[in-house]
Amino acid sequence: MNRNDCAHGAWIAWRTLTRSQLREHPMQLLATVTAIALGVALGTAVYLVNSAALDEFDQAIRRLVGAADIVIRGPPEGFDEALFLSLARQPVVSAASPVLELELTLAGQHPPLKLLGLDPFRAGALQPALMGEIGADVKRLFARDTIILSRTAAQELRLQRGDALPIIVGGAPKSLRVIDILSDSVYPEPLGIMDIATAQWSLERIGRLNRIDLRLRPGTNLEALRADLAAALPPGVVAVTPAIERGRAVTATRAYRVNLNMLALVALMTGAFLVFSTQSLAVLRRRAVLGLLRALGVTRSQLQCALLGEGAAIGVAGSVLGALMGAVVAALVLRYLGSDLGNRALAAMSPVFAVQPLPTAAFVLIGTGVACLGAWIPASEAAQRAPALAMKAGDAEPALSRLSTTLPGLALIAAGAAFAWLPPVGGLPLAGYLAIAALLAGAVLLIPTLMRWVTGTATRSGRAPLDTAVAQLQGSAAISTISLAAIVVSFSLMVAMAIMVHSFRNSFDLWLVKLLPADLQLRLSIGSDTGALSVDQQSRIVALPGVARAEFRRVRQVWLRADRAPVALIARGLNPLRAADSLPLVREVLQDAPAGTQPAWISESLQDLYGYQPGNRLQLPLGGRIQSLFVAGVWRDFVRPAGAIVIARADYIAATGDGSANEGSIWRRPQTSSAALEAAIRASLNIGDALELIGSEQLRERSLMLFDRAFAITYALEGIAVAIGLLGVGVAASSSALARRAQFGMLRHIGMLRRQVLAMLAIEGVIMSTLSVIYGLLLGTALSLILVYVINRQSFNWSIDLAVPWRQLGALSMALIAASALTALWSGRAAMSQDAVRAVREDW
Amino acid sequence: MSISPPPLVLDEITKRYRPESAPVLDRLQLQLPAGEYLAIMGESGSGKSTLLNLIAGLDRPDSGRVVFEGSDLARLDDDAVTRWRRASIGFVFQAFHVLPYLTVLQNVALPLDLLGVRDPQRQQRVLQLLEACGIAALAPRYARELSGGELQRIAIARALVHRPRLVLADEPTGNLDARTAQQILRLLREQLHANAANAILITHSVAAARTADRILQLEGGQLQPATVAAATQAPP
Repeated sequence: MNRNDCAHGAWIAWRTLTRSQLREHPMQLLATVTAIALGVALGTAVYLVNSAALDEFDQAIRRLVGAADIVIRGPPEGFDEALFLSLARQPVVSAASPVLELELTLAGQHPPLKLLGLDPFRAGALQPALMGEIGADVKRLFARDTIILSRTAAQELRLQRGDALPIIVGGAPKSLRVIDILSDSVYPEPLGIMDIATAQWSLERIGRLNRIDLRLRPGTNLEALRADLAAALPPGVVAVTPAIERGRAVTATRAYRVNLNMLALVALMTGAFLVFSTQSLAVLRRRAVLGLLRALGVTRSQLQCALLGEGAAIGVAGSVLGALMGAVVAALVLRYLGSDLGNRALAAMSPVFAVQPLPTAAFVLIGTGVACLGAWIPASEAAQRAPALAMKAGDAEPALSRLSTTLPGLALIAAGAAFAWLPPVGGLPLAGYLAIAALLAGAVLLIPTLMRWVTGTATRSGRAPLDTAVAQLQGSAAISTISLAAIVVSFSLMVAMAIMVHSFRNSFDLWLVKLLPADLQLRLSIGSDTGALSVDQQSRIVALPGVARAEFRRVRQVWLRADRAPVALIARGLNPLRAADSLPLVREVLQDAPAGTQPAWISESLQDLYGYQPGNRLQLPLGGRIQSLFVAGVWRDFVRPAGAIVIARADYIAATGDGSANEGSIWRRPQTSSAALEAAIRASLNIGDALELIGSEQLRERSLMLFDRAFAITYALEGIAVAIGLLGVGVAASSSALARRAQFGMLRHIGMLRRQVLAMLAIEGVIMSTLSVIYGLLLGTALSLILVYVINRQSFNWSIDLAVPWRQLGALSMALIAASALTALWSGRAAMSQDAVRAVREDW
Repeated sequence: MSISPPPLVLDEITKRYRPESAPVLDRLQLQLPAGEYLAIMGESGSGKSTLLNLIAGLDRPDSGRVVFEGSDLARLDDDAVTRWRRASIGFVFQAFHVLPYLTVLQNVALPLDLLGVRDPQRQQRVLQLLEACGIAALAPRYARELSGGELQRIAIARALVHRPRLVLADEPTGNLDARTAQQILRLLREQLHANAANAILITHSVAAARTADRILQLEGGQLQPATVAAATQAPP
């Protein structure tokens, strides 16, 4: 037989089989196509939304960095501008531009505004895209307290040319005048541009810079120069390449994005189980037809190709539909909900939707491949069956005996347990995902053994429907695996996610309680550089009659390494001997800091990203010098993924002379109301809304609300995965009931009441779903351990404590059992809609 | 000596598939004397299976009465007919209809389970039938592992295990080779006799019909004596 004949035979077989499927079971095909479509749609939508955000960030960073080959960065308080002169004179430097890059503290309740203080004459060469529109009329920038805004900044702040922009510098309000608004194309995010001298003057940074852009002469060895600079630059000043700058936004959100994509993949894999389930049952239902085709001369390989072709057709249809749905969903999400998908780090101002052909094609290929994978086992089984056996009635169970593989199941579970101990790869918990996949696959392979064991231990009750249902399940363990696989997989993942999210929420709540012991929390807008309460303002607050106690903090950024994001330095009132009273410590060294060092408590992220351990020395650039810190403990921090260091405020002031504060906690006297105290504080400071004052309980509630919003997308994706699983149960129950309608007819002939047949089906449904639920709970709990202790830890570098949401899981379990029993009943009713007489006439 | 009334009486039975069509059974009359094994032959579409369904209470006549041991089946609702069928009727099908996921023992025990017969009587009766049908050794095996002849033996055991008063056999040898068919028919007759059951055999096969006590031909909606020679001779 030549290749053409072979393909032709497979085509004829495929056409015959697919036509009969389409004609006789269109709803099952539709359900399977929909399952694949949902998985692909999720993956495509998440990818396109993330890409839109990252594209905007990338464009913004490219505009900010411009044509620079190296960017010198320093802390917000900056470094002496003399450094600019020395670098600009280097022979390898062809152009240099001094920059003051700050996050402006705005009056009113606004997030800080990114500000670039530029030398317009030098910046034209390095940031032509930014400076191009300002053009030749740069002199207008030199006027005192003037600023140019990007279009998005102007829109967000509702400002027009000529308006005043109120800001906070130090502890005092100030005003800048908006002299121009850039067009949309110049910069996609909120930005302000000032002349550097004006900025230094207006923002009280005279003689200070915190960024220098350098363009190098052709042929300069970039990395060698960067290494030389790293040794020569003052402490806390780093030399970074534009690639590192651009990569930072990508890296910072990578773990979150990968986790979202993994959730989409979970939905897709659940869809694959559904394809497996549908195709397996379709092969069983049509085994006589398959036998006939073999008898008529269709070869094993042609039959296998034809059945794989069915899976591929489902995959292509589902994937193309899913890609279209994904693109539409992405466009709608970007238009109406924004790009963050629950993570504020991914919130772009004006993300632009764009279909990306190659990644979309990749999702279509993945969807098709996954569907083929699901069809492969049933196709192989069908091809291996001898035609005579295939045509014989009632041989379904042996055809699936390959699934009854206890040893491979146990081996996969052992492998999954081993993967869980492996470290992250490139900052991603790839081994953790492998562990979950292996555990799921192993657990599915153990279902037939489990089913036989459970039903084998059941004793006869003397009630025909119950005994027949138990015997049916006992005798069809492998077929039951098909029905159970999708729901066990999706339910266990739902359980795992529920436990993980509950654990996270619980830990987050405890963390908030620990960090918010006071009645009121006070802060200037998070992440802003220019606003801070002076020592005098702090004293005024302490002196207020309603204040029982006040504790102030200075929070700012420091650079530890050029290739990482800056870390947060938190200087706060703290008794080093009783740090655990103030910080949620997870590890601690019970010894005093050695002479010449100050104690510091690092966050878990810092520990993981930089490798510091309790008892280590940490060199911190502070006040232009290196401070030697002793790592006295590690604390849990859910807010700063780049890492944070806590030191005693007294040590900070001693090192820097900076007594200002941008955060504080206030305890009120019992007879003073929060509202009265808040009013008194605002009156004493006179900086308006820029000061955020909020009750600790209110802040806790708001934080938990933001937490729940962040996980809403996770719940949505998981809910879809479970819906696909339930769809699988429905399809399996419907297929199984249809395949057994002759049995039901026979049972009706020999005297089983209609309701007894339905009761038998309901009992089967309840037994199967109860087993699924118990098994899913156990498996889900095991998976949750990997999510909590491996994937969460390796993705986000913070730990959480395991907590099980018993009530939520109980309600979910009961709902699932009820849904499965109802599905079985509904399928049975549909299968018994034809009369018993006709049913027994169908050969089976 | 008193003559017992016939357990099954079909009185003026008429049945149409559609209201406007000609009746497939037309004022059909039948009396089945106690202990009789009756064969009904007829061409395809003559209404043999329809007749069987009416007798079993699986269908209802358009007019006329199906009376079993004095009870008019038309007066019973679906549950009552089902309970009656459970206790009084045994079925043997052409396609065996043995549940593949139950063991042979469980399949045969099914009617007793429905009737609520408990062990040890249940076990004892099932083993007795399995022994009588020559399939005791197969008791723990699953039905899907067996041949057609073995499956039909199981079906016969299942049809008689609960001592029904009437066995309805619809082409029980239609899926079997001639030799196996003869063995099955002999077994059926022996077991009917041993269990004192009436039986109606629907068949196309003259050889099968000859195993019955009497043969009727269904033609034009009426039952008539068959023209098959030596209809009442003993089974081969």
